[in-house]
Amino acid sequence: MFDPAARKETGGAAPDTDGCGGIALMTIAASAAGARGTLGRGRLRNAAERAGLFLAVLAVLWGLWEGFRAFGEAVDLRAGQFVVNDRTMPHLHDIVAQLFEPSRRNGPLLIGVLWDAALFTAKEAAAGFLLGALFGLALGTALAHSGLLQRGFVPYIVASQTVPILAVAPMVVVWVNPRLPPGLRDWGAVAVISAYLTFFPVTINTIRGLTSVDPRALELMRSYAAGAWAVLWKLRFPAALPFIFAALKIAAPASVVGAIIGELPASIQAGLGGAILNFNQYYITSPPSLWATNLVAALLGISFFLAVLLAERLVVRRAPEHVG
Amino acid sequence: MSESRPAVVALRGVTKSFGAGGVTALQSIDLEVQPGEFVSLIGPSGCGKSTLLRIVGDLVEPTAGEVVVNGKSARQARLDGDYGIVFQDAVLYDWRTVARNISLPLELLGWDRARRAQRVRELLDLVELRGFENHHPWQLSGGMQQRVAIARALSFSPALLLMDEPFGALDEMTRERMNAELLRIWERSGSTVVFVTHSISEAVFLSTRVVVMSRRPGRIAAIVDIDLPQPRTADTREDPRFFELVTEVRDRLREGGLDEDRTAPDEGELVGEEAP
Repeated sequence: MFDPAARKETGGAAPDTDGCGGIALMTIAASAAGARGTLGRGRLRNAAERAGLFLAVLAVLWGLWEGFRAFGEAVDLRAGQFVVNDRTMPHLHDIVAQLFEPSRRNGPLLIGVLWDAALFTAKEAAAGFLLGALFGLALGTALAHSGLLQRGFVPYIVASQTVPILAVAPMVVVWVNPRLPPGLRDWGAVAVISAYLTFFPVTINTIRGLTSVDPRALELMRSYAAGAWAVLWKLRFPAALPFIFAALKIAAPASVVGAIIGELPASIQAGLGGAILNFNQYYITSPPSLWATNLVAALLGISFFLAVLLAERLVVRRAPEHVG
Repeated sequence: MSESRPAVVALRGVTKSFGAGGVTALQSIDLEVQPGEFVSLIGPSGCGKSTLLRIVGDLVEPTAGEVVVNGKSARQARLDGDYGIVFQDAVLYDWRTVARNISLPLELLGWDRARRAQRVRELLDLVELRGFENHHPWQLSGGMQQRVAIARALSFSPALLLMDEPFGALDEMTRERMNAELLRIWERSGSTVVFVTHSISEAVFLSTRVVVMSRRPGRIAAIVDIDLPQPRTADTREDPRFFELVTEVRDRLREGGLDEDRTAPDEGELVGEEAP
């Protein structure tokens, strides 16, 4: 009546529901995480399929870029100031090759410079992500207890995100930086800016997750005479985890964006924000350098997303249709 | 079964109305359930039988009347863990394994790990789910999920088991098998059961007494003693007395003011009878 092999199929073949099917790289890593048991043959085939899909999509994107370039050059495409050439649209292989050129005369390779910058920004973004996620969880948990508090505070929380981060960032630097100990100075202020972008989705989804619990599950807890803390820890919080992880997946790349933007008013040179500003100035002479920097920034954001995805696979035990 | 606690459930004049307009869901319900009894509440949709069950469990407050469970107020009985409840859906926690779903009430009671594990093993044997302790709910069939819910409700050995159409979502084959299992569990655990159902044949097969309710407002129309011999088996369903009792319950349902839009369904054709 019950076939364990059939179970493995349904348990292992989690549908591709992370809303980012195009970024197959993420799902490859997700299946490699293997949180739900041993590496079966089906799982391996699945991973191979995803790897194939990832390469196929990559090839299509490459084809679109290079195809448009070739087309633009062939018909001498002009749209106002926009002309298709090496300056506006460098060849993708030139962008990748630029990573292995010296960043300046007799300097280190660009990829080394960008690697250091990415690590620095990653430190800011990780601190900001943790700060923002914890703050968002705490705020969401507090607000979930009362509809009145939600109606009172949520509009301001929403308003906080309508202020452009570029307008907030300088003020954070001015307020926060002087109060930080020397070890945290500058990059700590950037982490706060990054947290500002992170806490919002976490707050909203924490409220949503904690309050959308099956009413019969609550009745059950009431029948056990469970206290408020037990209901929160044994029912509401685990039930909210998929919501919270959905928010963390949005927040993780946002924390990287926050860190990069935060570096600008903080005048931090060591991170990716500094690198973008720097290579922007030299765009005329070396367009691929800026493109390569953007590529590294994107990869950093993707790795943050992947880290959250991995954590989700390890932590959230739900029916396959709920995960993702 | 002790002399000092004559009734597990004693309801006197229980009335429930909803909202300011005062739609009366239940009116002047008097009912006593003796230790070891298996009492079914049957009636059409909207007769308030689920509400009555929830009043016994102190999940809903009555508007008027007295509710005594195990010789104390319904609230005190709930706080003391005097009853376990099973709903139409298993309401298992997806993120917990079968074993940890069953032990949830025990965690809340502060049992230590070893004692919980021991009790879970006993219960897995009782509901015949040995070997599934590390499965997650979504890996089980509907009937198996409901068995986990029953095991969870019995985990802390409550005197009273409240069941709100627990097999209403199952197909008829599974439902009949679950009925037989429930009787076996009832005999072994010695608890008292109050069971809400839509199905006449299910009520007659399981119960020692069937409480027939009418609707608008919900009232007890009749109480039918089920004098079928114990233990009940598949043969019970072939017993002429079984059919007589089914007919009697159906007649009582009709007399109870079953109205235009809903007649008592025939036994055997109850598959898919859904709660609203």
